Amino acid sequence: MAQVERPLSPHLQIYKPQLTSILSILHRMTGVGLGVGTLLLTWWLVSAAYGPESFETSQAFIASWFGRLLLFGFTYSLFYHLCNGIRHLFWDAGWGFELKTAYTTGWLVVIASVGLTLISWIAGYASGGGA
Amino acid sequence: MSHRTPAGRVHGLGSAQHGVDHWWGQRLTALALIPLIIWLCISIISMIGADHATFTSWLSTPGRAVAMLLLIAATFYHMKLGLQVVIEDYVHSRGWSVTLLVTNSFACVLLGTACGFAVVKVALGG
Repeated sequence: MAQVERPLSPHLQIYKPQLTSILSILHRMTGVGLGVGTLLLTWWLVSAAYGPESFETSQAFIASWFGRLLLFGFTYSLFYHLCNGIRHLFWDAGWGFELKTAYTTGWLVVIASVGLTLISWIAGYASGGGA
Repeated sequence: MSHRTPAGRVHGLGSAQHGVDHWWGQRLTALALIPLIIWLCISIISMIGADHATFTSWLSTPGRAVAMLLLIAATFYHMKLGLQVVIEDYVHSRGWSVTLLVTNSFACVLLGTACGFAVVKVALGG
């Protein structure tokens, strides 16, 4: 079939990065990251199905410094994607498109995702995860 | 009346009419995942350092097993739809695009089935 050379939209690089555009691409990046993270979730659940020995192996990996680093990234990605996802659902309902509102909800997402991540990890360590 | 060109009609190009299903699927799974993910986070925190017996007995109640199965179904369907859009947007080579789209579909079904079976096996005490 014949390819028509249609004009392209301006390349993204010419735009100054803004909170809204950074949060937008971060939604996709955390989404892809969470996709990779489901491998960890799958390993964890499947290891439990295999028995005590394999479950101990996966638990030990998650408790290692590298496992914790992955889990921390996973936790932040999860809360970011969750909070910004709720922001997206409000947009889908037709609410929050005003520039001022978009910035307010954007900052809310930043604060909520960092806050929820910290609260989770504090709760995790308080419930014996530091051992 | 159709605004498509006769050539476009003959080639069968244009909308496959599945966009709305994709859109709704992504949103409904997102909505379902809000409470499920919050529940999962609280559960994982409470299960930190748990041994196999503690974890399996925790997961064995019908409510938790069903919640976990729903979470798995919603997660992997949401993931399949989301990664599909990312691939469609950024991978321009036709060969790579199709390869990755097929891999994505297979991987999501494989991981989802593995997780689901693991939960059922643990819940039924096997």
